[in-house]
Amino acid sequence: MSKIFDRLLHFDWLIFSIAIILSLLGILTIYSATRVPVYEGNIVSYGSEIITVSKGEGTTTVTSAISSFRLDFYERQIIWLLAGIVVFIGILFIDYQWLKRLAYILYCGSIILLIVVLFIGKKSMGASRWINLGFFSFQPTDLFKITFLIMMAAYLDDIKTKLTASVTFKIFFLFVLLPVLLIFKQPDLGSASIIFITFLCIILFYGAESRFIKMAIIIGLISLPFLWPVFWEHLKDYQKNRIQAFLSEEVDPAGIGYHIKQSKIAIGSGGVTGKGYLKGTQGPLKFLPERHTDFIFAAFTEEWGFLGATIVLTLYVLYLLRGFDIAGRSRDGFGRSLAFGITVLTGIYIFINLGMAVGLTPVVGVPLPFMSYGGSALVSNFAMAGILANIRMRRFEIFY
Amino acid sequence: MISKEQIEGSVRAASIVCFILAGIILVRLFHLCVIEGETYRILAENNRQKVIPIEPHRGIIYDRNGIPLVKNVPYFVAVLRPDDYNDSEIYEISKLLGVSIDEIKEKFKDKKFQIEPVVIKEGLSFEEVARIEARHSDFPNLSITTTSIRRYLYGSVGSHLIGYLGRVTEEQLKTLKAEGVPPDAFIGQWGVERIYDKILRGIYGKKIVEVDALGHELRVLKEVPPKKGEDITLTIDIEIQKAMEEAYKDMAGAFVVLKPDTGEVLALGSLPSFDPNKFSRGAPSGYWKELSENPRHPLLNRAFQSQYPPGSVFKIVTAIAGLEEGIIKPSTTVHCSGGITFGNRFYRCWKKEGHGIVDLKRAIVESCDVYFYEIGKKVGVDKIAKYANLLGLGRDSGLNFVSEKKGVVPSSEWKIQVMGQPWYPGETLSVSIGQGYVSTTPVQLARLIAAIANGGYIPKLQILKSKDIQKPEDEGESNSYRSKSLKEGQVTEPFFSVSNENKVNISEGTLKFIRDALTGVVNEPNGTGGAARLQDISVGGKTGTAQVISKAIDTHKLPNRFRDHAWFVAFAPTSNAEVAMSVFVEHGGHGGAVAAPIARIGLERYFKQDSVRTAEAEINTASQGD
Repeated sequence: MSKIFDRLLHFDWLIFSIAIILSLLGILTIYSATRVPVYEGNIVSYGSEIITVSKGEGTTTVTSAISSFRLDFYERQIIWLLAGIVVFIGILFIDYQWLKRLAYILYCGSIILLIVVLFIGKKSMGASRWINLGFFSFQPTDLFKITFLIMMAAYLDDIKTKLTASVTFKIFFLFVLLPVLLIFKQPDLGSASIIFITFLCIILFYGAESRFIKMAIIIGLISLPFLWPVFWEHLKDYQKNRIQAFLSEEVDPAGIGYHIKQSKIAIGSGGVTGKGYLKGTQGPLKFLPERHTDFIFAAFTEEWGFLGATIVLTLYVLYLLRGFDIAGRSRDGFGRSLAFGITVLTGIYIFINLGMAVGLTPVVGVPLPFMSYGGSALVSNFAMAGILANIRMRRFEIFY
Repeated sequence: MISKEQIEGSVRAASIVCFILAGIILVRLFHLCVIEGETYRILAENNRQKVIPIEPHRGIIYDRNGIPLVKNVPYFVAVLRPDDYNDSEIYEISKLLGVSIDEIKEKFKDKKFQIEPVVIKEGLSFEEVARIEARHSDFPNLSITTTSIRRYLYGSVGSHLIGYLGRVTEEQLKTLKAEGVPPDAFIGQWGVERIYDKILRGIYGKKIVEVDALGHELRVLKEVPPKKGEDITLTIDIEIQKAMEEAYKDMAGAFVVLKPDTGEVLALGSLPSFDPNKFSRGAPSGYWKELSENPRHPLLNRAFQSQYPPGSVFKIVTAIAGLEEGIIKPSTTVHCSGGITFGNRFYRCWKKEGHGIVDLKRAIVESCDVYFYEIGKKVGVDKIAKYANLLGLGRDSGLNFVSEKKGVVPSSEWKIQVMGQPWYPGETLSVSIGQGYVSTTPVQLARLIAAIANGGYIPKLQILKSKDIQKPEDEGESNSYRSKSLKEGQVTEPFFSVSNENKVNISEGTLKFIRDALTGVVNEPNGTGGAARLQDISVGGKTGTAQVISKAIDTHKLPNRFRDHAWFVAFAPTSNAEVAMSVFVEHGGHGGAVAAPIARIGLERYFKQDSVRTAEAEINTASQGD
């Protein structure tokens, strides 16, 4: 009994509340950005769900029914939020050491799912990233993120020696190369890159030998010109376009610059205090693409302005700092590595997405944790938050 | 295995990186939201606002009697928004519109990503419009836009004067954009439609609608109604214009009919002409090309833009030169035996047998060439040039309706300047009968005869009658002549246009004599202008036959392009003339035979309408002597 009480005492309200607040802000923004502009009864809609005809001055409005099973985005996100909270709470009950024990199984399982999704994945916009389980679909990548971090933390925890070059390469070929390629093939350039970068960060921050680092950088730079064309070859056109558009504003083969431009317009037009909730125009008028997913931050800033954006940015920074703090003060190596990895991964997603929204990073289509619409991402983020809270909570238990 | 110290170092480093990245994002946010906030706010507004111009009603052009010359007719266009239509949808649309599937696909060819609707069919009938509107709920992306086209009620009659509308060009848009003219507007490109386009056009209104990224119009944010174009009334009498144009049949030429007292243009035509209706929206293109490639040059406004030797009409100038310089008197006689020898050339008179002994009046009435050779010899080309210039030849009319030819008034100075040669006296003889280097436009001769008729004032041409929209200069004139007519002692004088600037320095006596002689041309036996005679009205005029080639062959026997040009100038009634005109028929042959009858038709048309007015005028002039 007292154990439960103790745990409650050390419940990480900060992580939990930030996650909840950001999710709620996300839901509010999703609602606003995907709303149908309705004016005095003139319903106009043009999506695949509602077929309407409406003309301004007094002609009849004909609305045909939508399938009652289809819920709006924000409604679904609410459901996912509840699921996420359940997952969060649920994780708190397990001792995270179990994760270490099950690391390999979990890891292999998610690799299998990554392979499966390439074959039977639901094709959406030319990408097979989802597995459709009838009522809902989820992205195996979101699961893999977690199992990968667990795997990395577990493996590195068991290493007795220092982290040498050969060890690093061994880790790379064993645990990183295959899944990254699988993810890349979906195609999901964004997630593949981020996982790879996270891997590098973890290695780096594991204090690998400085000599090794220098060598790695040199080797990397030398091989870059050779590897780059190969890498470039395998990129899909739209991915190439994105990089090109980012590098040069004039070269914009397929109007990718449009995304960046509309995002900046949405953000900038928010001004200091924003246009006010439900008063944004970039979203509902469909100028801002991916307004409920990749560019949710832009949609948010349009309505809440610089002040709102700063608050959200602060919340994210606090979240990350807390994550690092948990990593620093965890009672065991596994906890430290795991917490560190989770925080780095989440941080990379956050800054790349925000960078995308403000036009500082190429548009690579990564969602913003907690705020972007997306069930499996939301649940996955809550799961990772739960693990963080878990690690923190148990550091006070000297005795298991 | 990672130690606590290691992780702490890493944590610190990571936290610093975190702050740095957050700082960068924050700075960028500040830049976008605060510094550039206003710019982006405007861009956001531009995104969602679409300005749709509202076409104003174009003013109607009336003739002087209130007869409308044009009409605005509604024109319906079916537009379809590009989208991924499946085959059955395209089939349905094709059936509804009566446009083949291939045609529809062709129009969509390069427009897959466009959101603006594409024109599928133009010029829909009312039934088609009704049918499409009825099926609107089935095809929400298919809609009708309404615009208007100009219908020219008299077809090609007066087309050079009235003009036509054409799509605004990029060049024109540079200035017109500021006046609110949209890029697909039809504005006046020729004639009156062009010159008074600003008045006729009105002011475009606009509808500001909120649109989404797919171009759907959601609601109207603001609407500014258009300002209707103003109607204008021309000085033209369409009945006279029509009658005279028809009289040309398929001959080429030009005519100018004006009121000598005010300079109002009653009719002005150039044949062959064109049909302005063929320039309207929805008409098959290529008409312009067809016209410009036509060897008969229908786009040339021959009244202003062609110059020809005036032939015997020029004898009026020679006569005036002789009289004013005191070289001859009306009673001076010359013996015409069919020609004279000058230098080493024989200058023939058109009447081979000669006219016998003729005085000035007879010489004019029968158009004896020899008499004028004699005047020319004695007066000299430069004096002739002086009076030609006084009477408005050698310069344009100042109307700026189209670019004008100035004609040629040769003189010794001119010859040196232009041809680098001295003047040969023999050439003066040709000039005295209106051949040789001298050339005139139909407009110039019309103004000349008007000046003779109205007592010596070269009228300023006027096409716009309506007082409300007078050009500033005209306003002053109309007021001045109105007031002049009310002043005491002015009733006896004929009305004159403009100020004393346009008074020619020719004595009244000379002018009266000329008027008498010209009356004789039409009414006396052996007068060359008998074909212009009217029943109750006395008409004065002069024939002219301008040689194209100098051959003694009868002009009827020559192929068309070698035939002489035919001229006739006229005015009526001979005292207090109300109408003056010049008629020119290219390669028409004899002036008296071909041009004079056309002039008569114009006069008949004028006086038939004006029987009341003429009666009034006769009452007014009863107290005048002549």
